[in-house]
Amino acid sequence: MSLYSVQKLIYQLNRDPHTRQRYEEDFEALLREYPMTEEESRAIREPDIGLLYVLGVNGQLLMHYAALRGYPWNDYLEAMREGVRRHGPVRAGLYAMVEETDG
Amino acid sequence: MSLVFAGVCSHAPGITGRADRVEPERLARLHAAYDRMREAIEAAEPDALLVVGAEHFANFFMNNMPAYCIGMADGFEGPIEDPDWLAIPRTTIPGNAELARRLIERVLEHVDVAYAEEWKFDHGIMVPLNFLTPRYDLPVIPANINCQGPPLTPVHRSYAFGEALGRACDAVPERIALIGTGGISHWPATPDSGKINEDWDRAFLDRLVANDRDALLSYNDADTYREGGQGGFEIRTFIAVAGAVGGAKGEIWHYDPVPDFAVGCTVGVMATA
Repeated sequence: MSLYSVQKLIYQLNRDPHTRQRYEEDFEALLREYPMTEEESRAIREPDIGLLYVLGVNGQLLMHYAALRGYPWNDYLEAMREGVRRHGPVRAGLYAMVEETDG
Repeated sequence: MSLVFAGVCSHAPGITGRADRVEPERLARLHAAYDRMREAIEAAEPDALLVVGAEHFANFFMNNMPAYCIGMADGFEGPIEDPDWLAIPRTTIPGNAELARRLIERVLEHVDVAYAEEWKFDHGIMVPLNFLTPRYDLPVIPANINCQGPPLTPVHRSYAFGEALGRACDAVPERIALIGTGGISHWPATPDSGKINEDWDRAFLDRLVANDRDALLSYNDADTYREGGQGGFEIRTFIAVAGAVGGAKGEIWHYDPVPDFAVGCTVGVMATA
């Protein structure tokens, strides 16, 4: 359920200069405002871009967070592929739709 | 008065941001198609450009997600993304709040739409503007259809939204050009980035240019996701343009599936009734 918080944090980081400044100055304080599971907060901190993808973060948000954390485009794509290899298929969100549809 | 121009085009960020990955001749053909559209828009002498887009969490998020929204401001900033990533410098784009307000009032006679007096353009609008109004000298009125965060509006509502936009443009004295911008099949920003279902794209474009309303409205999201990826949800923007032109038919000027741009690059025109 806290996938919402993870995505909200990334959304704000992508669009809001004030949030970006707080990320640079005190990331931990910023993180405390977004309730998330231990696994989610670890994935955000490291960052584990592949795990964030598996947890269900939308790519239209995630690609900008990956860029913020220094991932060139091809490395971003490879990080998601590696995430699926390590953590299994996408668990929630839009990209879990096929699995849900197929019951 | 009636729309003076209506068209559809792609907006993938790779078109500008990763342009160096595609051979120059291939890129030149796409640029020529955008140029042709720019010239057609200029020849129509519009007072404003109405852009039906599908933004990607630049302004709207799941805390308060409008199915449809129209921007009502005298200016907009863009791109919201890193300008180096998109290879489009950050700039200010003129709007027309007063005209937008009159259009919104007319649209509300037929369908419900949200409005926004703040709006930052992402690649979904900036990539088309980069080619179509490169001097940023034509007032832009942005309209958005939520194609990113389900639940999404059904495609028949997008057609109805387009019909309402067309009627609204008919009712004001200004000359308005309309473009819809989205992808057909694509899997952007996912491990499948670069995958394109050309057959599915061409079947959709055939239905679009024929303005085959029943065929266009037969798309559902489960099928679209399977055949066209989550990016395929953006067909709503093209379907809205089909609705806006009162059943008029169209022509595709350019279609080229470019894996490095992660989309079948499309430029086409819908004749205005």
